[in-house]
Amino acid sequence: MKKLIHLTINDQSFEVAVEPNQTLVDLLRYQLGLTGTKKGCEMGDCGSCTVILDGKAVNSCLVLAIQADGRNIQTIEGLETAEGLHPVQEAFVEKGAIQCGFCSSGMILSAKNLLDQTPNPSDTQIRRALSGNLCRCTGYQKIIEAVQSAKTI
Amino acid sequence: MSEYTVINSRAVRRDTPDKASGKAVFIDDMSLPGMLYGALLQSPLAHARIVRIDTSKARNLPGVKSVVTAAEAGLIKYGVSPARYDETLFCHEKVRYVGDDIAAVAAVDLETAIEAVSLIEVEYEELPVVLTIEDAMAEGAPVLHNEYPGNICAEVHSEFGNVEAAFANCDLIKTTTFKNKRQDAAFIEPQGCIASYDHFGNLTLYSSTQVPHYVQRTVAMVLKLPIGKVRVVKPYVGAGFGIKASANPLELSACLLSMKTGKPVKMNYNREQVFQYGRARHQFTHTMTTGVKKDGALLALKHVCYLDGGAYSSFGIATVYYAGSLLGGPYKLPNMKYDGYRIYNNKPACGAMRGHGGVAARACWEQQLDMIAEELKISPIELRLKNMMVAGDVTCNDLNMSSLGMKECIEAVQNGSEWSAKKGKLPKGKGIGMACGFFVSGAGYPIYRSDTYHGTVVIKLTEDGGTALVYTASAEIGQGSDTTFAMIAAEALGIRLEDVRLESGDTDFGVDLGAYSSRQTLMTGHAVKEAAEDVRQKVLEVLSKELNVPVGEMDIRNSLIGFKQANVDFSGLRTRYVKEHRGWTDNPTDGPLTFKEAARMAYLAIGSIVGTGKYKPHELGGKYKGAAVGTSPAYGCSAQIAEVTVDEETGQITVDKITDAHDCGRAINITSVEGQMEGSVSMGLGEALFEEVKFDNKGRVINADLAEYKIPTMLDMPEVKTIIVESNEPNGPFGAKEVGEGAIMPTIPAILNAVYDAIGVRIHELPLTPERVYMAIQEAKKGKKT
Repeated sequence: MKKLIHLTINDQSFEVAVEPNQTLVDLLRYQLGLTGTKKGCEMGDCGSCTVILDGKAVNSCLVLAIQADGRNIQTIEGLETAEGLHPVQEAFVEKGAIQCGFCSSGMILSAKNLLDQTPNPSDTQIRRALSGNLCRCTGYQKIIEAVQSAKTI
Repeated sequence: MSEYTVINSRAVRRDTPDKASGKAVFIDDMSLPGMLYGALLQSPLAHARIVRIDTSKARNLPGVKSVVTAAEAGLIKYGVSPARYDETLFCHEKVRYVGDDIAAVAAVDLETAIEAVSLIEVEYEELPVVLTIEDAMAEGAPVLHNEYPGNICAEVHSEFGNVEAAFANCDLIKTTTFKNKRQDAAFIEPQGCIASYDHFGNLTLYSSTQVPHYVQRTVAMVLKLPIGKVRVVKPYVGAGFGIKASANPLELSACLLSMKTGKPVKMNYNREQVFQYGRARHQFTHTMTTGVKKDGALLALKHVCYLDGGAYSSFGIATVYYAGSLLGGPYKLPNMKYDGYRIYNNKPACGAMRGHGGVAARACWEQQLDMIAEELKISPIELRLKNMMVAGDVTCNDLNMSSLGMKECIEAVQNGSEWSAKKGKLPKGKGIGMACGFFVSGAGYPIYRSDTYHGTVVIKLTEDGGTALVYTASAEIGQGSDTTFAMIAAEALGIRLEDVRLESGDTDFGVDLGAYSSRQTLMTGHAVKEAAEDVRQKVLEVLSKELNVPVGEMDIRNSLIGFKQANVDFSGLRTRYVKEHRGWTDNPTDGPLTFKEAARMAYLAIGSIVGTGKYKPHELGGKYKGAAVGTSPAYGCSAQIAEVTVDEETGQITVDKITDAHDCGRAINITSVEGQMEGSVSMGLGEALFEEVKFDNKGRVINADLAEYKIPTMLDMPEVKTIIVESNEPNGPFGAKEVGEGAIMPTIPAILNAVYDAIGVRIHELPLTPERVYMAIQEAKKGKKT
């Protein structure tokens, strides 16, 4: 039976009815149309569904929608402002850190979350923080360069 | 300074702002009104006869709109190469691997479709399962396909020169056997599609594919539709690496279900199904015997290879040829004999994956060359340079190295890694190794025998002037081809990159064979360039008449018209243009004549300005059987140096650094070239160190997920130093050639050679897991004691 939940996504309040077994990623993508959050494995292995939940980067395929009741979520759609792309997004574009782009939403959110908490991370801290986000195209080199350049902005 | 205004730069990719902000649309982000959801029934058994299929319960489940099996789909055989069409959409007599498709369901939602699949009753009669090459080739082994006795899917026998005669003149002959493991491409976006059949009998298929053209043909052939009614459109694709380079059962099922229901039907693989479908890198077992003179001159290579093919051919015929032909270069090798066999068994089919057919062969041979160098007391670099081809050389199997910056690549990595300061001087446990490789810049022939153009392009100027619309059916799958072609169009036409808009990946735009065999930059690039030049000529011809200036005395650059003569009076044209645009704030006032004005005048004079371009390779070398696999208009090449640390107590290998130089001809987009090099290295590193698709004794994949099938994470990747070596490829647009696959060739052997340098032990089997390395170290120690 569906349950009504209240949550805040990208500073906007939502009231939605969800199935008890529905995942947060499915709620975001198929019910709310926030398709920037990607689904690559549905098992928490690839990180492409990463969102920021109450200040923590999580795999939204491993979070049930009802667990998000009353909580605050930021998705990739919430980063851009009237001034344009977020500096981390800008850095990914400028440094060539995006190829197919399927991992980019999750990768950018993990990077943004790292920089929110650790404004000046070391190379090792960047690699640790983003190690749960798989990318098969880039070999990660330009992603690391992008995060390094974003931290100086 | 570059002589170019657009290409040969680090232009920002045009798709990446949308990809960074979540706006870029991939297949599963799409939905259509009234869309149904499809699911597949796939075989739980690796080899069985189908006795009975009963779909009645599934059909009666509320919400189910269609259930299809071989009875509805028909039995038209398809595959990749017409010479080996060995698949039907659904199995009818028997299943040949775990995951083989039996039926498909369309329902109002995915949950209902999955439930319906579980209600389909199939009675099987189990057959003996063969999972290895040895079992499949054994006397009396069960046969997968009656047409192919002995389970031999394909065999190749070729000899160039006379290997045995050459061996008689050799001072050293070396034999090694090498084995890689089945690799998965592990792209992050699983395959998916939406098919939509309309009332007029038109079928539109949106699919995560690398090859809209081949998918269009396969859909039309298998479902018996007029090809003019089939349109394939590719949204953004979350990479493919070869596995999405042919029509798959999802696409065909979704099309059939949409035809049956009259509704759009969406289907996706989940991650487990991605592994079960397979079609990625084969497991190869190579045995190579190389003969050299004392001074290191290569004289002959005798090569036998067995490919673990799985249940169907897929790309396998090309693979078994590539595994032999790609050793013809980049060294001067006068004699080469090859015997290759691709063997069927009850595992998912293998197919084409980055570096198609050549990666394991290259790893085997480049390690063997190092062994030969050591025995001859020649440095590995010296041995390679001594035998290296130069531009214009032709291999014994007729591959023409029309450009080849191989020597420059070697020198670049030698300097870039400080090789001379390190080789032979590192402490035990640390090692450095190098290797070379090359790859085709586009298959010389289409997959089906045809005189078709490999790419056609249309460029249309917007009627109000100024913007060039490029239409190409080529496939942007993440590599950056859209930006590359926009850059080529802008350069050839003489306009700014921001004045180009490009649409791609739609079969309605023309013919393009798609993203495989590293073909697009050279082949589609040629067609784009030709179309842009056509448009340029049309605009200049109108201007010539209007201004009475010969075409040859005008130029377009940076979206401005330049004249050789001083004081060409174009004020009449400008006045006409301005009059048409009263109230507009961006009208040209003074300064040079703009392309916008010129394009508008051209339209007013002769109507819409449309330029067309096309490309197919010139006649390529090789008249022998199989020459179609390996011949290409150009070849890219690479040298790499790997530096590793090996923990001798645990067998754990850490790759500390890779220095990679690649000759891509002229780099169109420098950042994208580096991106291909860095991505290739990470894929090679994964295959070298930990990737292996594993099966249980019933033919089930036991690591069909991205936790147990390990691809490199950010923590696994070392610093990769990329060095672009530019040559000027005579057969490439602006001198450009491939980078997407050649760059993976040296990675594995460079790591193998570095590991040997670190611990003094040769390992001839991948992946280099701690267990395998540790055991190899122990074996070597035992060998020394006895």
